[in-house]
Amino acid sequence: MSQEEKIKESLINKFNYLSDSVKIVRPRRISIEVSLDNFTPVFAYLAKELQFSHLCTITGLDEPQNLGFIYHLASDAGILINLRTFAPKNNPVIKTVTGYFPGAEIYERELVDLFGARVAGLAAGNRYPLTDDWPADEHPLRKDWKPKPAAEGEVDKNA
Amino acid sequence: MHNSPEFKIPIGPQHPALKEPEGFSVALKGEKILGVDIRLGYNHRGIEKAAEERTYIQDIYLIERVCGICSHSHSTCFIQAVEEIAGLAVPSRALYIRTIIAELERIHSHLLWLGVAGHEIGFDTLLMYSWRDREVVMDILASITGNRVNYGMNTIGGVRRDISPEQAQEILKGLEILEERTKYYIEIATEETTIIKRLSGVGVLSREDVLKLDAVGPTARASGVKRDVRADDPYAAYGELSFDVITDEACDVYGRTVVRVKELMESYKIIRQALKNLPDGPLTVRAPRKIPAGEAISRYEAPRGEDVHYVKANGTEKPERVKIRAPTLANVQAVKHMLRDRFLADMPIVIAAIDPCFSCTDRMVRLQERDCGADKIINWPSLHAYSIEWHRERGIDFTQLNKKLQDRLAK
Repeated sequence: MSQEEKIKESLINKFNYLSDSVKIVRPRRISIEVSLDNFTPVFAYLAKELQFSHLCTITGLDEPQNLGFIYHLASDAGILINLRTFAPKNNPVIKTVTGYFPGAEIYERELVDLFGARVAGLAAGNRYPLTDDWPADEHPLRKDWKPKPAAEGEVDKNA
Repeated sequence: MHNSPEFKIPIGPQHPALKEPEGFSVALKGEKILGVDIRLGYNHRGIEKAAEERTYIQDIYLIERVCGICSHSHSTCFIQAVEEIAGLAVPSRALYIRTIIAELERIHSHLLWLGVAGHEIGFDTLLMYSWRDREVVMDILASITGNRVNYGMNTIGGVRRDISPEQAQEILKGLEILEERTKYYIEIATEETTIIKRLSGVGVLSREDVLKLDAVGPTARASGVKRDVRADDPYAAYGELSFDVITDEACDVYGRTVVRVKELMESYKIIRQALKNLPDGPLTVRAPRKIPAGEAISRYEAPRGEDVHYVKANGTEKPERVKIRAPTLANVQAVKHMLRDRFLADMPIVIAAIDPCFSCTDRMVRLQERDCGADKIINWPSLHAYSIEWHRERGIDFTQLNKKLQDRLAK
């Protein structure tokens, strides 16, 4: 049995509800989809028990009804798990993972700025990557956000 | 010092000591750093959003410009994801050529870093030496790809240019010089007291902190964490080539220096093997203009560490989503930790030691004669010759040193 299959089996043994959503995409790539309610125990199990000790990054996605979040977790054996969850756009609240990976702070701030996600438990701090005077209701990676053309003369004012 | 008040000094976003805009607010008591608050984002150019508005082919060139140094890293990382979604079997000759360019890029980046590190600790001779030697690899890259950075080698399904047997010889000749020089740098890094004393115990990051803060690349490896995508999650031709993952237990700026100079030797080893075993065959496989719906994540060991690209395709010629995580974003969070309780004077070298990324691309110089205003275009070889002559007239002459190097090589 390959490493990937062992991981799949132990995940399904531990969490019955994952039986349809754990997929081995190719060697060294596993994808899992999990509801927001079940996210924390699965994430904790991967990070603590299965030794997926490196959080590569978090990808945000704008889907028609939801905001999607993919947590890319890597193990020392080179296996990468894409743990996907989602929250409704009208209440896009996820829980912070900085308790497991303090380094996740900047990835979560990116989700806040660029997608308008809200991250429960994320400590106050500098925003990233947008400017301090960026409008609070504009999130550039939302599909309905379009860049505004610069007002005439705006760009070259100080050139 | 025990009664000195606490100070907060802003460094950046625009500051002479920083090569790129980033904001540090440093809380100080005397010379000691109590804490650092980092504000990033000044360089955010909206490339992920721009990638959604462009075709995959346009995106290769856009994404190559994420970074001026790791340009091949980003374009390779991106197309690997696209190729996986499209189910393309990239010809192995193309994979080998990608690997060769990748390692040449690492050499150029690490030598550049060595110079910057030398400069930050007031050892400018090291900067002059390593940047002079770096020209050898820059010339190789320019002759294969046509450019010193932003090589434009990649296309979806393969590479755009071949490496001829003559070019292979040229690379091997260049590697001989570089290897000889690198041995000298390893000697300096491991024996020169000034370097050892200045860098040891500075910017400490323990193994546990690397794991906690998700540091990558030489920053992680210098704290004993054997994390290297080339070995862990092989891509391009790395699975077929043998090399060592260099680690060090020093956990400080000194360790990061040793790891980088030793990694240069591994890069030479990889390139020699790849040239020797360069398979025959086509350079590309035909790729569709529209990429079928799907998603893939690609990892790549850039000179600064793991680069991550996620691509989601929707069946059109433009991607639905492109997510990029460059290694510096993973490492910059460790900087805060490295600076706490250290002296302010260590700040430049500690920041430089994660090798934060800045751009350099200069090829042609356009001069205007002061007297008559006429334009004069100088090409690269004559600029090179002009600079040697300029320095010689001012008493800086490397002729003897170059001759010594040539003699050592001839032996």
